Amino acid sequence: MLEMQGIGKDFSGVKVLEDVCFNLAAGEVHVLAGENGAGKSTLIKVLGGVYTDHTGTVKLNGEVVNFKSVLDASKAGISIIYQELSLVGSMGVCDNVFLGREESKYSWLNKRAMLDYSAKIIKSLSLDIDLSSSVDEFSIGIQQMVEITKALAFDSKIIVMDEPTSALTEPEVEKLFDIIVKLKAEGCGIIYISHKMEEIYRIADRITVLRDGKYIGTEVAEKLPSQELIKWMVGRELNQQIPRHAPKVGEKRLEVKDIFVGGTASNPSPRVDNVSFSVRSGEILGIAGLQGSGNSELLNGIFGTYGSQATGSVQIDDEIYKPDSPAKMISRGMALLTNDRKQSGLVMEMNILRNVSLASLKRFSPHGWLRPAMEKASVEKITRSLNLKAESLYQDVDSLSGGNQQKVVMAKWVETRPKVLLLDEPTRGVDVGAKHEIYELMNSWTDQGIAIVLITSEMPELLGICDRILVMHRGKINAEFEISQATQEKILSAALGERVSQ
Amino acid sequence: MTGNDLKSFTDKNQWLLSPTARALGALIIVFAMGLIFNADGAFLKWGTHRDMLRAVSVYGILACGMTIVIITGGIDLSVGSILALSAVSFSLMAIHFAMNPILAIIICLLIGTACGCSSGLLIGKYSVQPFIATLAMMVFGRGLAKWVSGGQKISTAVQQADGTYQYVEVPKVFDFVNSKVFADNITVVTLILIVCLVISWVLLTKLRQGRYIYAIGGNEEAARLSGVPVLSSKILTYGLSGLFCGIAGICQACQELQGDPEAGVAYELSAIAMVVIGGTSLKGGRGGIWLTLIGILTIGYLEKILSINAVGEDKRLMLTGAIIIAAVLLQKTRK
Repeated sequence: MLEMQGIGKDFSGVKVLEDVCFNLAAGEVHVLAGENGAGKSTLIKVLGGVYTDHTGTVKLNGEVVNFKSVLDASKAGISIIYQELSLVGSMGVCDNVFLGREESKYSWLNKRAMLDYSAKIIKSLSLDIDLSSSVDEFSIGIQQMVEITKALAFDSKIIVMDEPTSALTEPEVEKLFDIIVKLKAEGCGIIYISHKMEEIYRIADRITVLRDGKYIGTEVAEKLPSQELIKWMVGRELNQQIPRHAPKVGEKRLEVKDIFVGGTASNPSPRVDNVSFSVRSGEILGIAGLQGSGNSELLNGIFGTYGSQATGSVQIDDEIYKPDSPAKMISRGMALLTNDRKQSGLVMEMNILRNVSLASLKRFSPHGWLRPAMEKASVEKITRSLNLKAESLYQDVDSLSGGNQQKVVMAKWVETRPKVLLLDEPTRGVDVGAKHEIYELMNSWTDQGIAIVLITSEMPELLGICDRILVMHRGKINAEFEISQATQEKILSAALGERVSQ
Repeated sequence: MTGNDLKSFTDKNQWLLSPTARALGALIIVFAMGLIFNADGAFLKWGTHRDMLRAVSVYGILACGMTIVIITGGIDLSVGSILALSAVSFSLMAIHFAMNPILAIIICLLIGTACGCSSGLLIGKYSVQPFIATLAMMVFGRGLAKWVSGGQKISTAVQQADGTYQYVEVPKVFDFVNSKVFADNITVVTLILIVCLVISWVLLTKLRQGRYIYAIGGNEEAARLSGVPVLSSKILTYGLSGLFCGIAGICQACQELQGDPEAGVAYELSAIAMVVIGGTSLKGGRGGIWLTLIGILTIGYLEKILSINAVGEDKRLMLTGAIIIAAVLLQKTRK
């Protein structure tokens, strides 16, 4: 029902899409795959009427369409659910669903009709949520469902989902997949963008791959094994998916005792409930857990993010500390890469150089006076060792791809010369090639004796790079596995709260 | 991708699109207007420029502190009130108490700094929004200025024990601040403005603390997690703004030869306008003191050109409003 041909788009001379074709049949899930920067998002924006100055033709049900605006596209039945959801957090579910297209009579809102209609759709998605509560009270997963409701409320026949599961918990992902199956049955065509292999193979009917703005190919999912898909995406073969060096485990580097982080106003049960563990130098400890298990809060608690709200003790080498502030923990040799680089990792207004040096600025400014030459030399060295791809260190970080942004944050933390590196989803939103480089970096850091604590929601990563895995459930550690004994099934059931024999 | 296209775009036209060039655009237009409507050559005389600089100096000093506050993503509405408090305190001490002027200056600077630090503490420690905290300080400071002065202008007419007024001599420090130096080419207030600009410039570009200020304005959470001392930086920022208000208050008193508790009303708006015309973003994280200097000169020249051409205040205000919008729109087209 959708046919895109010879699509091209450039940004002041730089070609980001070149002669790309893509088609979608009713009732199919068509996965759009490719590394970050391959042109997937641009293609979607062309379809959604965000970019109107492209070349090539878009045909909808055999007719050439020419969208002048986002509204045009949505009227034609195309809904795009972006990674960053476009909901108004302070408004209710129903208000969001009808935003900009309110039912009204003589400019008075017809609330009854809107409520009834959205309730009907919500029910058809087997959701149970209060239509009048504001959407920011709900989890990202539910918010995504609200976006889907919005799409359905306007009879969208083509629904685009851009990495919809990146912030979802396992049950929420299941729910989403159920809904996708339902949408397929109703004859919707779904364009699905994802970096997660398991997901792609679970739901894809067909897969189209883009690389560097060029069309690489389309194939039925069963006929494109994952090794082949990766080859299409990166144009090279990854001999081994995740290469962990034989760890040189040394002395105990970090010992965490009885970390406790209290609950929030909306959820009073403690986020982290007296957790203790230790990590040795050269070791990578994985902390698995579904969203809301408290693993992220545990790392933040250790790092001092919550200040005096978190209690417990943290021992680095031989010194015992209270985790009272990030500034102090950094000076004691700890670094935390947070799971959201835009919110809490990067300062988007500053350039690469300033972002990298931010956490170790004291070293470059004796007596408070900056030494630009010293700073630049050091940042140059570290960014080169991380293979950061940028035209200049004075480039703003928002012009970098996800993988390179992540490298900037990593460079910032390694620049502090940490003994303990806490990594919370270091490969989120990062393309396959950069992921591989990040694994190699983790290997080299542990070779230098750094202890790494890693949170990741990707099972292959967890099993591939960690030496030992803790599984958290509702703020407590539910299981511990040596890597040799860990399996996907064991980890998932421990994360779901079941008792697992170790 | 949008980043890449923006980048290659700016590479070609880098200088023309830089914030400095955009801010200069507005200044150049205003200056050109001056050359055209030069009021029979009055605009071509250095004296006109010197007077413009003198007239704009007090506002400019406030704008220095305002720039730093705005870069942290905040705002300081209390500058006019703190200026008045400093002006009456200084006049009271220097004229009525005939205190050593150096001591009087130090006390006034401390008063200003203390007011600013209090705002900073409220904002940094108790997470009061900068708008609210400094609004409260604006009202409180005005009240304090009236209380200190007894609601009277503190001038050279000093009330004696018997109720009569006697005129005392203007202390020398007043004359000094008003005097012209370098062969009458520049006034001392303008030199004080230059010192304030340099202090701000050193802080923002040469010191570690300056980097922290940009980081907090750009992304406070990321800054905090990178070990940036957010609380002390905010106290310092607002404290510095307060210090500049103290300085400006002394200058104001010297220029008016009195301390007026009603002085400085709406000065915060002029200071904000200067910062914004320069192109420092109210969102924080971007901007600089040179941009503010351009903003100061733009407003200064505009006012001067209109006044030498005898344009009435009504039209002057309307034009100033229009220029603010024009300058901001010029900045907007960046993205």
